[in-house]
Amino acid sequence: MTGRDRSGAPPVRTHKEERNWVGKSIRRVEDPKFLRGRGGYIADLVTPWTLHAAVLRSPYAHARIVAIDTTAAEALDGVHAVITGAQAAELTDPMPDFGPDPANHTWRCLAVDKVRYVGEGVAIAVADSRYLAEDALGLIEVEYEPLPAVVDPEAALADGSALVHETLGSNCAYERTFDFGEVDRDFAEADLVVRDRLRWHRSGGQPLETVGAIADFDHATGQVTIDTNSLSFTSYLFMVAGTLRIPANKLDIRPVPAGGSFGSKLFATKPAVIAAMCSRVAGRPVVYLEDRIDNMSNCDHHGSDRIYEVELAVMRDGTLRGIKIDTIDDYGAYIQFGVGHHGNALAQVTGPYKIGSVRYRVRAVLTNKNQQGAYRGFGSEVNNWMLEQMVDKAARELGMDPVQIRRRNFIQPSDFPYFVPTGNVYDSGNYGAVLDEALKLADYDRWRAEQAKARDEGRYIGVGLISAQERSVFSATEFWFWFDEPGAPVTSMPESVTLKVDATGGITATLYSCAFWGNSPETMVAQLVAEEFDCDPHAVSVVYQGSKNGLPATGPGGSRTTVMLAGAVEGATAKIKAKALRTAAHLLEADPDDLKWVDGGFQVKGVPEQRKSLADIAVVLHLFKHSLPEDVESGLEECKVYDHPYTTMPSSDRKDLGVFYPFMGHACHVPVVEVDVETGAVTFLAYAAVHDCGTLVNPRSLAGHIVGGTAQGIGTALHEEFVYDADGQLLSSSFLDYQIPTAMEVPALAIGHAETPSPYTPHGIKGGGEGGRMMAPAAVNAAVNDALAPLGVRLTELPMTPERILTALRASPGRAL
Amino acid sequence: MSPDMTEKHRIELVVNGRRHTAEVEPRTLLVDFLRDELGLKGTHIGCEHGVCGACTVLLDGRTIRSCTTFAVQAEGAHVGTVEGLADGPDLHPLQDEFWDKQALQCGFCTPAMLLTASELLERNPDPTPAQVREAVSGNLCRCTGYQFITEAVLAAAARMRAGEQTGAQA
Repeated sequence: MTGRDRSGAPPVRTHKEERNWVGKSIRRVEDPKFLRGRGGYIADLVTPWTLHAAVLRSPYAHARIVAIDTTAAEALDGVHAVITGAQAAELTDPMPDFGPDPANHTWRCLAVDKVRYVGEGVAIAVADSRYLAEDALGLIEVEYEPLPAVVDPEAALADGSALVHETLGSNCAYERTFDFGEVDRDFAEADLVVRDRLRWHRSGGQPLETVGAIADFDHATGQVTIDTNSLSFTSYLFMVAGTLRIPANKLDIRPVPAGGSFGSKLFATKPAVIAAMCSRVAGRPVVYLEDRIDNMSNCDHHGSDRIYEVELAVMRDGTLRGIKIDTIDDYGAYIQFGVGHHGNALAQVTGPYKIGSVRYRVRAVLTNKNQQGAYRGFGSEVNNWMLEQMVDKAARELGMDPVQIRRRNFIQPSDFPYFVPTGNVYDSGNYGAVLDEALKLADYDRWRAEQAKARDEGRYIGVGLISAQERSVFSATEFWFWFDEPGAPVTSMPESVTLKVDATGGITATLYSCAFWGNSPETMVAQLVAEEFDCDPHAVSVVYQGSKNGLPATGPGGSRTTVMLAGAVEGATAKIKAKALRTAAHLLEADPDDLKWVDGGFQVKGVPEQRKSLADIAVVLHLFKHSLPEDVESGLEECKVYDHPYTTMPSSDRKDLGVFYPFMGHACHVPVVEVDVETGAVTFLAYAAVHDCGTLVNPRSLAGHIVGGTAQGIGTALHEEFVYDADGQLLSSSFLDYQIPTAMEVPALAIGHAETPSPYTPHGIKGGGEGGRMMAPAAVNAAVNDALAPLGVRLTELPMTPERILTALRASPGRAL
Repeated sequence: MSPDMTEKHRIELVVNGRRHTAEVEPRTLLVDFLRDELGLKGTHIGCEHGVCGACTVLLDGRTIRSCTTFAVQAEGAHVGTVEGLADGPDLHPLQDEFWDKQALQCGFCTPAMLLTASELLERNPDPTPAQVREAVSGNLCRCTGYQFITEAVLAAAARMRAGEQTGAQA
């Protein structure tokens, strides 16, 4: 797009050419404790003095709570408290909620008058052990009056449907249509309009460790301390204090390493609220740690659940002109993050292609299911899948090769920075180069030959090829540009680091958002610090600060951590070096302008023996005040609050959403599968993935995100689904039914890296944490469709279980079964 | 709850080479006993229904799920946990290769994965990649996609075949 207002772009950086530590696959600094079983996860912190909470869950999808009798449970030895939903509503306010109209779909830590999904909590028992707490749950009597369940999201929109929230007056929590660019013109001029209906069912992060919190509500001081494996959006934790009805400055939430998240521990504050409420009642520290059924049925973090009706305007030569997207998203019983998932989609809605116009209609529907939260991709991976499906269908209808149609439409390297129709910018990229590398790595031509040979033998091999985006580093505007008159048009989304150089020259970095949750914040910071100070990254100490004394921070999400930490480290380093330079100049009796930083210290240009190492400088700053100029303060510690580097405001008519997700990664995935048309089973024969996330900090860590994300994407494509039946029962509520890929389902990947540095970030880094899950669902679907093309079959619904594949084959005119 | 459920039973077992005696309720799970009574927090609880494998320990040299095993069933047994793998400051070759190959991200499945791999290498010191994948297929890892785990096990196997110490595991 041209004509966009480019003011607000940060200055274009010149990146240094030689790096000592950024770009090296060092061993992660986090790992030794985990290898020894000393991870210090939340469950590991429980002491014998800690009481245990367990939650009684609704067996009904939709029912009125008529009565609850807790007498027998309270009488059990070892039970300290039993709290019903009604009592919880007297102790706490509603949960923090970023949804469109929280007063009309009120979300509380326990259900009060009615339950709205299977697994919603109705009462809590607090006891000496988890065993006793669960015994107590068995003694609670709840009388329910079942109501008709709202399960199908399209039926939920129909007149006369039962209502999940009566006060809302419908089951539609949000609806809006956005037009970007000349949609009607592009469709009028199109040679061909490709149409499809696509269905993406819900899956979720399902980390092996559930969400938990240990709270200590101290009645003596009024101080509430909560240790939890979910601390994010640090700047918004005052909302948790609000729910607990305590002053924000009396709440300290302390981060604990998490055994995985994949989004699902993003601002997962309900366990913290439950633990704190129970501690307040019991007068002792209380742990609430979800068990697996709690997590699967009630984690508040199921992933996207969308129906798409899409039209793609195409020219005969394969040029993609415009796209109309109409999506219904089944949010479940509440909508805590609003439709932010669609903001993620709008950041890269046209993919790597020069599509000039977009109509985007979204309807967010409430049903009797666990609510959506975050799952790696946050809704943009669904958009990638939808778009790649449409591009492949266009290629098929035009008789074009999937490689050819993509090349024809790619944004070219000379086009960057490139503004997409929604107003977001893509900072940089080289999509053709990534495609070239992927074709080579995948041995694409050989597999096409193998495919032809196999078809002659009656075997169905498919080669999938997709090119898609990984947006990184979100801005706050995507939380509110949905509304013409937003309630809270916030603009801050910072990350902070404090660097301290001790008297021996040792460096400690303090981080302020959630602790490690499987990503590598300590390794990233250690490598970035080592790059700045020429030290060994394994010698850098990294610690986490709780929320109470913390600096502004946001935490992982939208592949932002490494870029934002890099900015904060860079800023804190500049302050440290400025003070160190002044000190060194004083000690060397030299002009600061005559000094330069070389190999871990400042030295006089041209006189390398005239130098002070960082340790020389630090010891003076810590211990020898009288050797310094009078106005130099003791110590060597600096912090940096790094704000989002590139945000612009949306236009008031919302035809331009502004820049809100600017650092655009890209990838090309090429899986090769064989589909057994008798059983519907899909087997991988090969899988190549090339990602471009700008400058790499630790290539092997990024490769780990690519493989791990791809494994999750394979789960989404083939295996994983939270299945609710017609009555709203959750049928896949254990790992027996909700099938996470094992080592037998995930192929070995051939991984390639391309590096197109961002012009706007330190070292040119872009986010890459959501890795393969952004791409794999689209890629695997493309491969299966390619395999079944001779039979005239396309799968348009994920996951592609054997049953769905066989159903599609049976319905196919190309095959008589 | 019937009285026979709360009546405690005396058990005696050897964990990582150390003998322990304890009084436990019959319903106490082995994983809870190891974590809460012995303080061995490296054995993790992931699903509590025997699928994810995060609670895997060695019972008389064979991997079992400690979340579906009662502590009383370990009476008289030798139990091995991740805490027994390293020899003081020296990591077991499997641990060292997991570190080198970045075969862990969140680390939650790692202790169990290490024990499962050690059982494999005890039985088959020179496995193929496919044999490694099959051996660890009962242990879910949500982070890594198993590729670097496979690489790490193969690298450790090579070092162990070359005679490297295999740690202090009972």
